[in-house]
Amino acid sequence: MTNFLDFSALGMIWKRDLIRLSRDRAQIAGSLARPILWLVILGLGMGSSVSGFGSGRYVEYLFPGIIALNLLFASFLSAISIIWDREFGFLKEMLVAPIPRASIALGKAASGATVSTLQGCLVLLFIPVVGVSVSWARVALALPFMFLIAFAMTSLGLLVAARMTSFEGFGTIANFVIMPMFFVSGAVFPLDRAPRWLSILSKVNPMTYAVEGLRGLMRGGVSWGFLLDLTVLALFALLAVRLAVWAFSRRM
Amino acid sequence: MTPAIAVSHLVRTYNGLTAVDDLSLEIPAGELFGFLGPNGAGKTTTINILCTLLAPDSGSAHVAGFDCLAQSREVRRAIGIIFQDPSLDERLTAWENLEFHGMIYHLPKLLRRQRMEEVLRLVALWERRHDIVKTFSGGMKRRLEVARGLMHEPRVLFLDEPTIGLDPQTRCRIWEAIERIRSERRTTLFMTTHSMEEATRCDRVAILDHGKLLVLDRPQALIARQGARNLEEVFLNLTGRGLRDEAASENEMLRTRVRRLKRWR
Ligand SMILES: Nc1ncnc2c1ncn2[C@@H]1O[C@H](COP(=O)(O)OP(=O)(O)OP(=O)(O)O)[C@@H](O)[C@H]1O
Ligand SMILES: [Mg+2]
Repeated sequence: MTNFLDFSALGMIWKRDLIRLSRDRAQIAGSLARPILWLVILGLGMGSSVSGFGSGRYVEYLFPGIIALNLLFASFLSAISIIWDREFGFLKEMLVAPIPRASIALGKAASGATVSTLQGCLVLLFIPVVGVSVSWARVALALPFMFLIAFAMTSLGLLVAARMTSFEGFGTIANFVIMPMFFVSGAVFPLDRAPRWLSILSKVNPMTYAVEGLRGLMRGGVSWGFLLDLTVLALFALLAVRLAVWAFSRRM
Repeated sequence: MTPAIAVSHLVRTYNGLTAVDDLSLEIPAGELFGFLGPNGAGKTTTINILCTLLAPDSGSAHVAGFDCLAQSREVRRAIGIIFQDPSLDERLTAWENLEFHGMIYHLPKLLRRQRMEEVLRLVALWERRHDIVKTFSGGMKRRLEVARGLMHEPRVLFLDEPTIGLDPQTRCRIWEAIERIRSERRTTLFMTTHSMEEATRCDRVAILDHGKLLVLDRPQALIARQGARNLEEVFLNLTGRGLRDEAASENEMLRTRVRRLKRWR
């Protein structure tokens, strides 16, 4: 574990991915389009047909979930960059360099988390549009938590991508991971009246704590409930990044 | 003195196909070594093992005195490589690619900038340094790859077909650079090439086929021993005239080659 953190390498890997994002209009457009789609279809469509939220209130319920969704998608997408790097040969340039494998993984997790948090922030632009009532102070409070979510999910994505060689393979697995994690997180509908197996599933789903935490922060600020969500998510992030580092440190 | 590169009974297979077959060689520090062989002979596979990118099935490999498996970090600190296959980030500019390289090889800022300018001027890309690599021609990309490989100054430098796809002017420049590195820094250079003209400039060459080492000697010694006109003739005599992977019957080819070898010795 000597030199576990090689900051010049880590910083450079981080910087490179940000430069790449800034030149990739399609990715930015995608992260703007995704929340529109979900907010319109779910927020307006489903909101009018489900009861129990009161009119208009469903969007308020849904909104933190959409932020979490964008974070989740963006995180997995940014983990793809490692497959991209392998496909186009750039990964070799990093792998033969005198830097610890761990700092490649950590650099990738850091850049992915940053890129995803930025994409999560794009959702915040819709606050005035859909009329969610939340103070900007609380939004500011949510930013570090959003970064934590993004970091955890990017690490999970990197763990999946670490030894993958095909985009298609990653896409298939990502769908299998993203969709259940999203729907069983309470992002779209509350799970308190769900069947027992579903609610157990939601309890072991890290996204549940991400969505709950975001909702708690945006609606009521820091509370005991939030601290629990924060702890669970932080522990999950640590575990995921540790596993991602491990996956990278094995020979490839 | 410990050799710069020491390979002993190295074997590597890819699902059944033996790419490197019981390869042993030793290269003293400061040598310009030519690693030759037809397409698919196992040259790149060997280099990947020496660069710690690939694990061998059996046998051992040491670079700069360090074990490529057990001491991969130390090996990576001692080497540099120009890959055969593209390995640039095409969405970055030429400058950004080199900057990235300098940072992960821990070149201090001043030296980094100085080296970046030097190598960019060497391959005549200085004026184009702020262009996105994707907009480069194939040869320009190759030039940038070579420039990047020459940026930091390793003890052992691997060059996997460095001059492929380059115009004669650039090839000349690169050979000048290679000669300079050799005389100024005593860098060990391990190079593969399909140009027998280039190979003749090496101190020693090895000819590999189907993962097996056929001969290893000074080019002039090989030419003299076989009474050939040049290295190309030696190469063709040893490896046959059939194209690789045309090999209808690989065993047959191997047998003729063994016969040829016996006759030759
Ligand atoms: N990733 C891989 N998976 C399967 N087989 C491989 C792989 N890489 C190389 N091989 C096989 O190993 C053998 C040696 O390949 P290698 O790339 O080392 O040849 P080479 O000597 O570098 O050839 P060239 O002159 O064409 O670059 C070939 O038969 C090739 O098909
Ligand atoms: Mg090759």
